[in-house]
Amino acid sequence: MEPKIAVSIDDLTVAYNYKPVLWDIDLAIPEGVLMAIVGPNGAGKSTLIKAILGIIEPIAGSIAIYGKPYHKQRQLVAYVPQKGSVDWDFPTTALDVVTMGTYGSLGWIKRPGAKQKKAALEALEKVGMLSFKNRQISQLSGGQQQRIFLARALVQNASIYFMDEPFQGVDATTEKAIIIILKELRKAGKTLIVVHHDLQTVPEYFDWVTFLNVKKIATGPVSSIFNDDNLTKTYGINYKVSVQE
Amino acid sequence: MNLGEYFELLINDYTLRTITLGTAVLGAICGMLGSFAVLRKQSLLGDAISHAALPGIALAFLITGVKDSNVLLLGALVSGLIGAFWIRGITTKTHLKSDTALGLVLSLFFGLGMLLLTYIQKQPNANQAGLDKYLFGQAATLVVQDVWIMVIVTAISLVIVLLFWKEFKLLLFDADYTKTLGFNTRFIDNLITFFIVLAIVIGLQTVGVVLMSAMLLAPAAAARQWTNRLSVMIGLAALFGAFSGVFGTAISATQRNLSTGPVIVLVASVFVLFSFLFSPGRGLVFRHLRFRKNRRELELKKTLYFMYNIAKDHEEISHPHAVKILNNFHGFTRATLQQLVDKDWVILDGSMWAITPKGYKEAQNLYSQNT
Repeated sequence: MEPKIAVSIDDLTVAYNYKPVLWDIDLAIPEGVLMAIVGPNGAGKSTLIKAILGIIEPIAGSIAIYGKPYHKQRQLVAYVPQKGSVDWDFPTTALDVVTMGTYGSLGWIKRPGAKQKKAALEALEKVGMLSFKNRQISQLSGGQQQRIFLARALVQNASIYFMDEPFQGVDATTEKAIIIILKELRKAGKTLIVVHHDLQTVPEYFDWVTFLNVKKIATGPVSSIFNDDNLTKTYGINYKVSVQE
Repeated sequence: MNLGEYFELLINDYTLRTITLGTAVLGAICGMLGSFAVLRKQSLLGDAISHAALPGIALAFLITGVKDSNVLLLGALVSGLIGAFWIRGITTKTHLKSDTALGLVLSLFFGLGMLLLTYIQKQPNANQAGLDKYLFGQAATLVVQDVWIMVIVTAISLVIVLLFWKEFKLLLFDADYTKTLGFNTRFIDNLITFFIVLAIVIGLQTVGVVLMSAMLLAPAAAARQWTNRLSVMIGLAALFGAFSGVFGTAISATQRNLSTGPVIVLVASVFVLFSFLFSPGRGLVFRHLRFRKNRRELELKKTLYFMYNIAKDHEEISHPHAVKILNNFHGFTRATLQQLVDKDWVILDGSMWAITPKGYKEAQNLYSQNT
């Protein structure tokens, strides 16, 4: 049986000030994959995620999450933005940031209660940050901040996770810890879409990959399409990647 | 007038009581809403909006012909809001960055306002005098009715802030994420902006167009130094703002010819200066002291480690050594030696020293502890 399609994108075009950033993208992401989006700087990787999540208005095209528009499927989706997209000197604690993951299910005005706090604490524990729960967020290291963001998405208890460079600027220990959590999520049947920069680790971490450079170059299982040919097409130079055996 | 007379007046004098109450309430609401502006990195928004309010005041007078402060402030509210939404429009619809948009709106509206003010002053109408008080503010013109309006606006914004606390916090921290969770970020943003404009407008009569942004920023900037919690920051900012209002009014009332608005702003600035220097967590003084203390502690431990290296080569760690041999060691002084003795890490006997078991253990753990 064909797997269900978690995210399907048709003819998506996005432009900033008349310059196309994404051009006519068609993409079908099957349920249950751990997918990397790779491509050079300015390829539109973050933009693709932001367009799917409705943060950026596309010029043309349609996006469906399990067959329905995003605004009807919000509770199925969680988002981990780039760490650098927020001001970490904001006056709040780690626990408070993670609790923000419950705000969507709470809706307007209602305040988080004991149930939400419990969920946030569990997520903090999962990412190994429980002992930092009352720490002011500016006093966390880069890797710890990334874990906090991951915990905030875990609290959303979604089916599809979008992550924008979760490994950026984190140390080896944090990278390992994060990838273990991502693999656990996939094992639980979740779909994960991750903007990724380190080509060396793609075969080790991911089972699905999309090559992107304004246009979609290729998408499919890592085992069959992660090769020099697609890398060269995407990065524009004669690319050789040594895949470790 | 001395302070005793001032307090007597405060209780008995209608005008002074009104002004003090008014500036206190104004300071509180500005501190509260200013915190949002500061955390959104829109510190200059207040400046642009207050300048943008000026043509509204002039136009309201030209259209109605009356100098009732409520009518004029309604005009200020409308043109302040137009300014605020132009700033938003310019940043979202053009390539221009927000600082350019703020500058453009500020100078355009202020220029127009000044033009209209000059035009009004040339009119053969005895009623026109005094509109320029909105430039620098004149607290003495506050009446009880104005204070009531301030109290009502403050109460409403307090309710709104409490009601939408979660949404405001989320938007301030991470606007994109707020959007993905399904909140209408534009609505939340408009709500914050509307109340900031409202706070500015009700302060124009007291503090004036030119200095109004300081009322918004100074208490918030000071409060940020003392806490890492949003709720405490906003509460403190309101408190600092209210105190600035009260102290500023008191100072200007006890001296001759001191205009209230600027004095309030100066008092608020003193809060900022004091906070930047002396707040325990972020203040410059304590940061410097902590830095010095850490450095001294490290020097001390370095000396101890040097002694430990000498002592560990002997069978008995308590074997005494001459103080002289330490002299080659960089950074050693009599004072450091005495501090080591005080900590019970070393015993000193005339010109001889010996490491104690406690000091030996401390030196052993020095590196494992730090990593």
